[in-house]
Amino acid sequence: MDYTTLIQLLDSTVRFATPLLLACLAGLFSERAGIFDIGLEGKMLAAAFFTAAVASLTGSAWIGLLGGIGASLVLAGIHGVASITFRGNQLISGVAINALAAGMTVLIAQDWFRQGGRTPPLAGNARFEGITLPGAQAMADVPLIGPLYAELISGHSVLVYIAFLAVPLTWWVLFRTRFGLRLRAVGENPAAVDTAGVSVVGLRYAAVMICGVLCGIAGAYLSTALQAGFVKDMSAGRGFIALAALIFAKWRPWYALWATLLFGLFGALETRPDVIQAVIGLKVPGPLLGGLPYIMTVVILAGFVGKAIPPRAGGDPYVKER
Amino acid sequence: MDVMPKWAEVVLVPLISLLLAAILSALVILAIGEDPVAATKLMVEGAVGSVRGWGYTLYYATNFIFTGLAVAVAFHARLFNIGGEGQAMLGGLGVALALLFIPWPHWTIGLIAASLGAAVFGAFWAFIPAYLQAKRGSHIVITTIMFNFIASALLIYLLNEFLKPVGQADPSSARFAPHLDLPTLNSVLNGMGIKASKDDSVNVTFLIALASAFAVWVLMWRTRLGYEIRAFGHSESAAKYAGINPVRITVITMLISGGLAGLMGVNTVMGESEKLLLNSTEGAGFIGIAVALMGRSHPVGVVIAAILFGFLYQGGAELALWTSIPRELIVVIQALVILFTGALDNMVRMPLERMFLAARLRRAPGPERKPVEPAK
Repeated sequence: MDYTTLIQLLDSTVRFATPLLLACLAGLFSERAGIFDIGLEGKMLAAAFFTAAVASLTGSAWIGLLGGIGASLVLAGIHGVASITFRGNQLISGVAINALAAGMTVLIAQDWFRQGGRTPPLAGNARFEGITLPGAQAMADVPLIGPLYAELISGHSVLVYIAFLAVPLTWWVLFRTRFGLRLRAVGENPAAVDTAGVSVVGLRYAAVMICGVLCGIAGAYLSTALQAGFVKDMSAGRGFIALAALIFAKWRPWYALWATLLFGLFGALETRPDVIQAVIGLKVPGPLLGGLPYIMTVVILAGFVGKAIPPRAGGDPYVKER
Repeated sequence: MDVMPKWAEVVLVPLISLLLAAILSALVILAIGEDPVAATKLMVEGAVGSVRGWGYTLYYATNFIFTGLAVAVAFHARLFNIGGEGQAMLGGLGVALALLFIPWPHWTIGLIAASLGAAVFGAFWAFIPAYLQAKRGSHIVITTIMFNFIASALLIYLLNEFLKPVGQADPSSARFAPHLDLPTLNSVLNGMGIKASKDDSVNVTFLIALASAFAVWVLMWRTRLGYEIRAFGHSESAAKYAGINPVRITVITMLISGGLAGLMGVNTVMGESEKLLLNSTEGAGFIGIAVALMGRSHPVGVVIAAILFGFLYQGGAELALWTSIPRELIVVIQALVILFTGALDNMVRMPLERMFLAARLRRAPGPERKPVEPAK
């Protein structure tokens, strides 16, 4: 494998990893606050559709992004009402949200655009095109570092950079602010937070809404940057891979980055079977690579390789003692 | 003492949830510019207005009875088996392996072999998550979700590499021997001289599904194991003190649950397509969740809910055929049913409980209002 192929492979790794990373950080906020969220998939899908739909109607990807985040926030709100206010089962609520998004996106797409459940293809300002970082052209001819900068680091859409910046930001918010401390505490021991006079309900709603915003960006990336327009079921299980990455990362922001990059690499390799054959001399079947993130997550969950311990109050509705 | 009488708990709460889901669905239909009344009429006609419609309604219902029972059995032990989809996929694989490689002389023997294959494969796919939950404490919801994806990857791999006949592009297995075709409602009616359509829709598997529902009822409410499963679901610590082994109950419950989900493969793979297809489950595993929630995890409720969803499925297909309403409308209805009967259950229950409490207080006046009998 030559250097150019390696750069290409890493470049597509970044593209595959970006939506996973955003969704994974989204899940991180929610689960750290004690709200399980298996509805990441549905929120991404809804955001993917509404971003593409609004972008195609207004011609602006940025307004589209707002629409996508809005749709994701509505679903996050439903999850919050069901699991915080009415103390329902968070897992069942997540299942409902996934199904709701899968159905509604196609239904609305058919009603608005009549193109068999897809949006019209997006072009120009309606998409988040790759941006060339300063000096990329000039650097391109420098050996080794040139292609690395021009091909791998430069040339992505703005959402990719937002995703990568979200990692240190998440770390800072969770581990260096008072809000973050309280948010983590509410996922471990909500009664203690309540005793300290801080609203458990308010913190959990905040976490669920942050989760909604990040899922919204993840979905927008799918339909306006990775692809040009919405197609039915385009999230294709990415919400669940993100969930797997979250467990793999043991609910930590920096680990989440490495986990999603690893799973992104699997995704990139699935599209380049020739590279695997060249490197390890074996023909690895594509479905095996596709299934690898899930298999690895089960192994991690089983505690054979390092133990993943979820936030202690995860999944439990908080009932104030009366 | 319960706040609500039993009939309200069993009938009223699900009915109100269903009504809410129906109202919202009607609003959705209105919002996309169609007429809900006309749509309902079309669905009723398409699903139960002809022998063909009934055939498909009951065919889908068969799938949902199996997956609904699978989720319901697990619910009794307070386990959420979200992996019905993967277990049903593996069940289909078990059917295909049982029928492709052994020349069974007659469909009856083939059916027994296929059912065994389906149940064993489905149970095996539930066994690993169950064991990991019981022994290693890994959350069963996450592992069963992961196993759905692993099942689908496995199926793609096996179909493409091994089961696909040489020279065929389409990833599906060879067709089973024609004498293994299951008798369907249509073939029986045609045999009796009544003209019916030629579709392979509802077949003898429907009876197996009904028998399974009865068996689940016997198991849950008439055997010691069923008692242990329910006791474990109510309180794990109390069950432990009563000498019930949590590992054993978790594993056995999930084996039964996975086996039931796997049996769905008999209906789709042996009964309908007569070969193993890539996507024969079509999300039935997830509908099982809605069915179990709506049926309050009771076999009778599950059968009723499954037939209702069979009706929605077939009606929805007809709707997509004749109007511009896509089939995904059914997914929306399914989502609303899960939302209202599952996640937002308390939203319906809380006001009802308050109502019943108020009614009871009015009927039975408090002790302070009773005239005090003078002591003699």
